[in-house]
Amino acid sequence: MVLRLGIDVGGTNTDAVILDGRKVLAGVKCTTTEDVMSGISEALEAVLEKAGVERANVDVAMIGTTHFTNAVIERRALDPVAAIRLGLPATACLPPMVDWPEDLAEVVGDHRYMLHGGYEFDGREIAELDRDGLRRIADEIVAKGIRTAAISSVFSPINREMEEEARDILQAAVPGLSVVLSSEIGRIGLLERESAAIMNASLLSLADKTITAFGDALKGAGLTCPFYVTQNDGTLMAAHMVRRFPVLTFASGPTNSMRGAAFLTGVKDAIVIDIGGTTTDVGSLQKGFPRQASTVVDVGGVRTNFRMPDVFAIGLGGGTIISGEKDDLTIGPKSVGYRLGSEARVFGGGTLTCTDIAVAAGEAEIGDPSKVADMDPDFVAAVRARIGEMLEDAVERSRVSPEPLPVIAVGGGSILAPDRIGDLEVLRPENFAVANAVGAAIAQISGEVERIFSLASQSREDCLAQADSEARATAINAGAVAETLDVIEREDVPLAYLPGNATRIHVKVVGDMEGLDA
Amino acid sequence: MSFHIGPEDMEEIALGGAFLGTGGGGDPYIGRLMAQSMMRKNGTDVEVVAPADVPDDALCVPVCMMGAPTVMVEKLPNGDEALSALGALEDYLGRKADYLICIEAGGLNSTIPFAVAAHTGLPLIDGDGMGRAFPELQMVSLTLHDIAATPMVIADDKGNNGVLNAISNLWTERMARSVTVEMGGAALVALYPMSGAQMKAGLLRGTLSLVRDVGRTIQSERKANRHPGDALISRCGGVALCTARVVDIERRTIGGFARGKARLRGLDADQGREFLLSFQNEFLCLEDADGTPLALTPDLICALDADGGLPVTTESLRFGLGLRLIGLPADPQWRSPEGLKLAGPGYFGYPHAFQPLETLAESPAREPVFT
Repeated sequence: MVLRLGIDVGGTNTDAVILDGRKVLAGVKCTTTEDVMSGISEALEAVLEKAGVERANVDVAMIGTTHFTNAVIERRALDPVAAIRLGLPATACLPPMVDWPEDLAEVVGDHRYMLHGGYEFDGREIAELDRDGLRRIADEIVAKGIRTAAISSVFSPINREMEEEARDILQAAVPGLSVVLSSEIGRIGLLERESAAIMNASLLSLADKTITAFGDALKGAGLTCPFYVTQNDGTLMAAHMVRRFPVLTFASGPTNSMRGAAFLTGVKDAIVIDIGGTTTDVGSLQKGFPRQASTVVDVGGVRTNFRMPDVFAIGLGGGTIISGEKDDLTIGPKSVGYRLGSEARVFGGGTLTCTDIAVAAGEAEIGDPSKVADMDPDFVAAVRARIGEMLEDAVERSRVSPEPLPVIAVGGGSILAPDRIGDLEVLRPENFAVANAVGAAIAQISGEVERIFSLASQSREDCLAQADSEARATAINAGAVAETLDVIEREDVPLAYLPGNATRIHVKVVGDMEGLDA
Repeated sequence: MSFHIGPEDMEEIALGGAFLGTGGGGDPYIGRLMAQSMMRKNGTDVEVVAPADVPDDALCVPVCMMGAPTVMVEKLPNGDEALSALGALEDYLGRKADYLICIEAGGLNSTIPFAVAAHTGLPLIDGDGMGRAFPELQMVSLTLHDIAATPMVIADDKGNNGVLNAISNLWTERMARSVTVEMGGAALVALYPMSGAQMKAGLLRGTLSLVRDVGRTIQSERKANRHPGDALISRCGGVALCTARVVDIERRTIGGFARGKARLRGLDADQGREFLLSFQNEFLCLEDADGTPLALTPDLICALDADGGLPVTTESLRFGLGLRLIGLPADPQWRSPEGLKLAGPGYFGYPHAFQPLETLAESPAREPVFT
């Protein structure tokens, strides 16, 4: 039997679960700490004790985190980045970060550079690479004390040589400079790819610190098993890859909670509401997987083209602050957040929160119920009715058909959810509070192939089939169950500049990890 | 009636342009950003005037981008190309332009003229030459009214420009296309210089208002948490074609165009059916699994994301994406024998005689197949 540890490090809570095959042995919820590590350590000790398993028997640890998304949304812990584009004289009218919210561009430092270089669609150079310009930028990088750079060249998805040469020039002049190349991150579509590369660069030192903290916390708890981090599409990436590409974890939080909800209930089609301390994420589950958003998704106000679940958030959670009278209520969007344990009335504080209402209504037993015993029942009912309306609105938005789908309520704040939302039944699975960590523990294994095929001697269909089977083999080698494999990305980019009708094929397949079916 | 478009209105123009762009014409997002930054920089709105208010002797000039949309989203413009094309055309004609025209009420070209108008301060005329997007420059109502595309100026990001004079609009397309490929697959052009009188005879009227209305409909429906498909069908007199997921996408940048086809697998009511969607920059032909056409150029095949309801362009098509396809009838001029010769299925090499999508929708092939 495979013992897996799932951890979810959120902005407010750090959750941990231990799964034995499909069985949840134990789940715990702790507060996220400033240093991340001590919160994880606390959760680890608690869950190991509760499950009563030997540390040496834990086979693998999976961590999901919203740490990097939150950093961008809250504009904190982001490093200044030299954003360098190679493409002049083209592209001049829309400089790097042109469509970013001003406050985010400012935090990332507003160091925008455009130089001659880049490729045409057929591989010709738009202009010769401006090597002197790069050396000038290197001097500025040193003078300004910038530690990371993001380089984007026009048409780098078909030829990444110029980005690589630019990186080498910068790193020769600025030893220790971290450089992110746009060709490592995205696809055709300069602005979106460039923005992703810049965001990624701004997160590198936070990624390094965070991954080190994850590793230290596991080691500190005596766990020697390998650990992985979950990414946007619900699959796992190795820890060393997260240090280089933190941006790929952006939407893993909602993905994990939705997959966790499906796993815990056995329901494949549903609306999932994940009620946390500050916000509620609402998304739709189709055949056990989160419905994907369309082509472009905003992250912290920036347009990106990542593959992400279609989730939206409303400002409602366990810590949401309530003010006003019963016929003039204000619910949120402000929340006491992680200070719930000291500021909510049931914990002896002076702020009325949604959690206090749930306790007053007898829906939850948290803190000291006597502190809310004197509340006007009409007021409590009015607040609960309003919460019900907010959730109904959110659920209606996610609903794509009139079919009466169930609603699955997960997350620590799901005590707020009524038993029915509109005409829909609400399911609250066992371990609902730690669905995120469960989702991380059951994350999928992927297999990926990206290489150049020649269509001179083979048909396009044969090449795609070959790439598919190579990706499948990679996934199976990494521990995926063959029957569960499914293609989630398949793309070919014809490389007009190479002879022999060359095309770059990218295929990604995902499947369930072995040991989940027992 | 004239109206003004400011930076805040550009989002609805871009949305409407993306929908009427039938997948092609490039992502209007780029043109929207260019127009917004120019409007903000110059602190100006763009005035859009009715064709009837333009004097007969005014010089009206369309400016637009030419090339493959897959190139335009990657190699963004320098920003000076359109001005250099317009300026060179004015020098050649020995006369300044009085009005700008949007040649194509879809895709990037629905937003680019706003950037040029904001830069020059010239008003824009409420109309266009296509009522949609088409891949080739002779495919405009102006050709049907014997208005010449030349003299025309084509300009690139590097500062090159050239004046073309041609014996026909088809020859203009051929020459300009090969120059576009040499210029890196995308170029800006000023062409079809015409008098106010010619413009009134040849332009499709009110199409910029339509772009704005379609954009507003998409915005308000999405705000009300509804998929905009139904509202657009009733606003534009359209036909629901299918809801389906992309299962294979094949594309090439050939001869200055993004050409290719997408295989789609039906969803919801179309479960069990398969479709083939062919494009040359724009979606031009939709067939079912046995090759029966469901919609054919010059009728419009518009694509919305099946989930989010935003317009989808050919270059953003990708494996797994759900689409809701909607057919709109083309302007009657396009369904005439001359119009079909210019932009019908035969011109693009599709083995179908044109049939209006209303007729195709009533044929037995539309009956849902359950498996």
